[in-house]
Amino acid sequence: FQGYLDHEQFNQLEELQDDANPNFVEEVVTLYYRDSARLVHSIEQALEKSPIDFNKLDSYMHQFRGSSSSIGAKKVKAECSLFREYCRAGNGEGCMRTFQQVKKEYTALRKKLETFFQLARQAGPVDRARRPK
Amino acid sequence: MYQNGSSSSYEINTETTPFRVLVVDDDRILRKMHKMMLTRLGIEVEVAVNGKEAVDLHLAGASFHLVLMDLQMPVMDGSQATKELRGMGVTSPIVGVTAACAEKAAFLASGLTDCVSKPLTISKIANYLPAPSPNNHANN
Repeated sequence: FQGYLDHEQFNQLEELQDDANPNFVEEVVTLYYRDSARLVHSIEQALEKSPIDFNKLDSYMHQFRGSSSSIGAKKVKAECSLFREYCRAGNGEGCMRTFQQVKKEYTALRKKLETFFQLARQAGPVDRARRPK
Repeated sequence: MYQNGSSSSYEINTETTPFRVLVVDDDRILRKMHKMMLTRLGIEVEVAVNGKEAVDLHLAGASFHLVLMDLQMPVMDGSQATKELRGMGVTSPIVGVTAACAEKAAFLASGLTDCVSKPLTISKIANYLPAPSPNNHANN
């Protein structure tokens, strides 16, 4: 997860997981991917419109950035912030270019998290809270 | 620790009522995380998905020891909701939780007790929570 995750923030998530809520981290991450998939689709549609509604785009990206931040998705959050700057500048090309980066980082993190949870499930409850190096 | 206003329909009897927090945020991940953070301390948590829902809850007679209010939300944002709650006579602490640092001053001016930055942690709102007791975290 080197560089992909804000470990302090992800630790917060892990600390909320316990015997009473053994799958909390995975539940939250699953929710994140479900919600953000919808946002990605909305942003794609908004970018295809002419003229671009930058306020709407900014609003979508604000939500995306917020959710990404809450699970510690550091690189995704950074690209979202950059996207918002382009939105505020009314720079459609910049938005489109940055959005490709957002999707790239988002997809890369998703693969890493899927691997993490697969390993965690194989390891069983004792090692569930430990993150692979 | 928190305000006790003059008698109003929104004043809570802190001697007998379990500690209740209202989490107001349009992001369901944050609602889930913040709810879990507080529930683990034995605190009762209710959630609202926007400012209007928070206001409607109070209009319906609900009351809380603490309201955690996001700023940017659809339908009714945190600033407007805070103004409306204060206008209704709600004296509970309302703590803004926002990533939008540039708008913090305006948010505070709407009637917040305090404003903390995201991500929320228990230490950031510890002053507004009951001190944990050996037997029961929620009730002192």
